[in-house]
Amino acid sequence: MELVIAITLGVLTSTGVYLILRARTFSVVLGLTLLSHGVNLFLFSMGRLTTASPAVIGLVENYTDPLPQALVLTAIVISFSMTAFVVVLALKAAVELRSDHVDGEDPNEDRQ
Amino acid sequence: MNHLMIMPIVIPLLTGAFLLVMYRYNIGRQRSLSIGSTLLLVIFAVWAILQAGVTDYTLYRLGNWQPPFGIVLVLDRLSAIMLLLTALLSLFCVLYASRGSDREGSHFHALLQFQLMGINGAFLTGDLFNLFVFFEVLLIASYALLLHGGGRARSRAGLHYVVINLAGSALFLLALGILYGLTGTLNMADLARVIATAPEADLPLLKAASLLLMVVFGIKAALLPLLFWLPRAYSAASAPVAALFAIMTKVGFYSMVRVFLVVFGLDEGSPANDTVLAWLWPMALVTLSLGGIGVLGASSLRTLTAYMVIVSVGILLATMSRNDEQLLAASLFYLLHSTCMTAVFFLLADLIGRYRENGYDRFSVISPLSHRWILGTVFLVAAVSMASLPPFSGFVSKAWILQSSSRLSDYLWLWAPILMSGLLIIAALSRAGSGWFWRPEQRADEAAPALDGARTATVCVMIAISFSLAIFAQPVMDYLEAAARLIYEPSGYVEAVLGDYVGQSREVTE
Repeated sequence: MELVIAITLGVLTSTGVYLILRARTFSVVLGLTLLSHGVNLFLFSMGRLTTASPAVIGLVENYTDPLPQALVLTAIVISFSMTAFVVVLALKAAVELRSDHVDGEDPNEDRQ
Repeated sequence: MNHLMIMPIVIPLLTGAFLLVMYRYNIGRQRSLSIGSTLLLVIFAVWAILQAGVTDYTLYRLGNWQPPFGIVLVLDRLSAIMLLLTALLSLFCVLYASRGSDREGSHFHALLQFQLMGINGAFLTGDLFNLFVFFEVLLIASYALLLHGGGRARSRAGLHYVVINLAGSALFLLALGILYGLTGTLNMADLARVIATAPEADLPLLKAASLLLMVVFGIKAALLPLLFWLPRAYSAASAPVAALFAIMTKVGFYSMVRVFLVVFGLDEGSPANDTVLAWLWPMALVTLSLGGIGVLGASSLRTLTAYMVIVSVGILLATMSRNDEQLLAASLFYLLHSTCMTAVFFLLADLIGRYRENGYDRFSVISPLSHRWILGTVFLVAAVSMASLPPFSGFVSKAWILQSSSRLSDYLWLWAPILMSGLLIIAALSRAGSGWFWRPEQRADEAAPALDGARTATVCVMIAISFSLAIFAQPVMDYLEAAARLIYEPSGYVEAVLGDYVGQSREVTE
């Protein structure tokens, strides 16, 4: 399981970072979403990876740490609302600047 | 438990929520609510200053949970100073905005209150994850405030600002995840205790976490490779918003002091702490130099002020990274001065821009100006204060920084960029002033609008505060020295927050 989680984290983060560095706002927003998914998964796995152990003390012998789950819940809510905001902002910028380039204008546009 | 302590968070929260629900209220009532709320904040901040002067650490346990299990708010001298600075600054911003800038878009006052809630919370909290949450609160309010008024320049600057801060939030969570995975706690005092006794094997990960935190706070504070969003964002924002944002970079500075000097600083010469400070020192010096060059190259007064913010950040972080108690106290004095004066200049750029016939605040345009004498005098006094000439607070703070750094071995590395950037600021401001006030004609009387007394008075009172900082320098300096002494005694912080808990757990293990 550790290997699967590690690979997933790596793929999510690297694709996220790659997309954030792209020039169009849509890919940047997509990259931010992937990055935040990667981060959430990472935060969740910080409570150590166990199976079949609920986050309740007293029911079973091996219980899992409930705090990372609470943290992740907060992080998901925040990143979700931020994504919604950045989508709206990207749309607004694309309409106002008539370009979906992150700088509002494509530096190579004249050359084409 | 003293419930007054949570008021700086609760008051803006309630006011903001109420303003949001009652958005149909006429603008006059919204303004008076907003001004009333910030006035209350000033009163509570004064109470906080007095309270922190009497007891070193005042605790507020949310839900009365015992730390480190529950979230705890901690009031010490440093947070009290920051609270008062924020409250005063926001009061002037609200007063200035109430003369009309708040009508350019909707929900100005509600957003401003939420921003204040986030800033105050960040200064008070004693929990690292809670710090993240308050960062997000102040950020999401600032995203919307930056866009207040609309327009192409704001959309473009806003996009950069939002994207870099969202990436920063992701890094913040990564750092918190690493710290929690290693230590099993996020309470600052408890973290400090665990980090001080961390085994050798955990050190690389601790270093990684602290460097990630440095990047996160570096984005907020505008440290060198992460500052390129700032000039555009600050010069695009409307004047009162930009003036309020003068405190935002200082939130980054405050977090660095709190996290690196207190949380990572309990163990004398902790390796994780040394790594961060070693990185911080050269980067802060380059930030400072770059800020100075930017000041000279700026094409409008707002951009110039944005680069002055960068200069101030460079000075603050460079002095902090030397890890010296005296120097920290001096840089806190500089923080008060620079926040106040950069805010003054953002407002001044707007004020003078209104009375120029065309060109707003751009230097390239020579344009007739009305009320030349009054505005020129205000500009001159503000420029003298900003350029750190006597008799204003800038002179006191810089002299104190230079004096207390002279004991260090490598002080010339600090002196050279500080003095050079000061010279560049003098050159840039005198060029701007002579271009605006000497060369052009007096604007024809029939076209000239009357001078807005309230706006001018707001700016004048802020300059007067900077002046009174210099006059009452002695009590302020004493207070700041006590604040810095507390920062360099992290064991007192840990003892105050965890006193009962550590005692109990010792009993159990025995």
